[in-house]
Amino acid sequence: MDRKLRVSSNPHIRSKVTTNGIMMAVALALLPAAGFGIYNFGIRALLHILITVASTVLTEFLFGLYKKKLTVTDLSAVVTGLLLALNLPVGAPLWIGALGGVFAILVVKMLFGGLGQNFMNPALAARCFLLISFPALMTNFTCDAYTGATPLAALKAGEAVNVTNMIIGRTAGTIGETSMIALVVGACLLILLGVIDLRIPGSYIVSFALFVLLFGGRGMDFQFLSAHLAGGGLMLGAFFMATDYVTRPITVRGQYVFGVFLGIMTGIFRIFGPGAEGVSYAIILGNLLVPLIEKVTMPRAFGKGGAGHGRK
Amino acid sequence: MGKTNSMAGAGERLVNGLVKENPTFVLMLGMCPTLAVTTSAVNGFGMGATTLVVLALSNLIISLLRNVIPKKVRIPAFIVIIASFVTVVQLLLEAYLPFLNDALGVYIPLIVVNCIILGRAESYAYSNGPVPSLFDGIGMGLGFTVALTCIGAVRELLGAGEIFGARVMPQAFTPIGIFVLAPGAFFVLAALCALQNLVKIRGARAGKDTSKIGSGCSEDCMNCGEKGCGRRKFYDDSDDLVVEDLSDPADS
Repeated sequence: MDRKLRVSSNPHIRSKVTTNGIMMAVALALLPAAGFGIYNFGIRALLHILITVASTVLTEFLFGLYKKKLTVTDLSAVVTGLLLALNLPVGAPLWIGALGGVFAILVVKMLFGGLGQNFMNPALAARCFLLISFPALMTNFTCDAYTGATPLAALKAGEAVNVTNMIIGRTAGTIGETSMIALVVGACLLILLGVIDLRIPGSYIVSFALFVLLFGGRGMDFQFLSAHLAGGGLMLGAFFMATDYVTRPITVRGQYVFGVFLGIMTGIFRIFGPGAEGVSYAIILGNLLVPLIEKVTMPRAFGKGGAGHGRK
Repeated sequence: MGKTNSMAGAGERLVNGLVKENPTFVLMLGMCPTLAVTTSAVNGFGMGATTLVVLALSNLIISLLRNVIPKKVRIPAFIVIIASFVTVVQLLLEAYLPFLNDALGVYIPLIVVNCIILGRAESYAYSNGPVPSLFDGIGMGLGFTVALTCIGAVRELLGAGEIFGARVMPQAFTPIGIFVLAPGAFFVLAALCALQNLVKIRGARAGKDTSKIGSGCSEDCMNCGEKGCGRRKFYDDSDDLVVEDLSDPADS
């Protein structure tokens, strides 16, 4: 990492990493998934992505005008819009992304103070807002390419699924969640660039896999396990949304706790819950617990605390 | 106290309850029924009106009995009086407005422990005459009714496309279901609170009426825990009331 020494009041060491650069990297890393979504679902997926991104960017711009503090250039609105669009089913009406974009930026992000202050991932909060508001529209995965249920719904109903198709992404689902390969390519890019590390995604996926093996009711059925790992929003959530800088714990131990919590919650939602999918709800629940996790896992400064110090 | 004086006091009580110390948007009291029953404008209005009746009558009776009720057992005494009126109102609702009774459900008996009613009994009716107390109850009740009807109307409009059961949105509008569910109550309450704060702050900046900013003031600075308040009220050596405004208007 390139560092500069500045002679000024502290901090003296500054890295060249900017919000702008990170957001650009995340947006780039999402492009394979977005591209596959458009290839898989057709031009309507592209329309969804364009409308949702336009909505988030425009909302951020207008709010910036109102507050006389333009923050739209940090590109975070683009990432939020892209993530939200990748979470929409392609058959949903086109205005749904616009509404979700306004909700994500205005209510979840800007009203709480803008980037860095939002207590919940804006894209996921907007997805849950849409999911609760329009359950029929948001779970209708029928489109030109696919008419059946999503692989996870089929799995829940006890039907057989084609794991190879799920890994490639040739299944029904939301625009960006179907292709495990495209998502992992993007995630590798982020890891290589140092934008994210494997702490949260790793602990999330491993704990989820263990949960499925232990409580999935299928024993050591690796077909079942790999279908659960490749299906639904697990990869998108684990690599791109659980790792959101603002809504993840800042402590290292806290990030492992956070990942394990998400894994267990996703497992509970998927296996014992009424719906087939639970990644979104697991992550926003985890977001709410972040302050608590940070409080418990805050590392002790050398020489402070310990026996006989401040624990009266 | 002369008659004109008490009438002016009554009017002041009404305005106080409706605007200055609106129980929902300013005092943030009675949040449980506010959030739970305002799924439609009718429900909000019904809850508000029911509370209004109980609040006005209990304020009146408690004020009349304020010299009889011993201080140490005043809270149980208030509860008995309030609970009696709630029972009366509930029986009336069951007899004449059964649909409203069904819609409000358990929140009707819960009016007994509504903190607006107990709060007004404790902070106003127990230490003021019957006429101002009655109008205080009516003012607070009206404020609560208006607030709940507003919240209910917005939630019904967005969540069902209707107001008071009449379709107002075009057919193309898809109801945003979350607004008739619990999260919607919080969204709408927060938005309306923000809106009324915005109006009040704008009005204060324009030099209209700064007293609205200090709403919720008990005018008892000795026992007030509000640290953000810039106003200090005290009696000086010659027993004249002095109000100091320490807050810098240019700063806010």
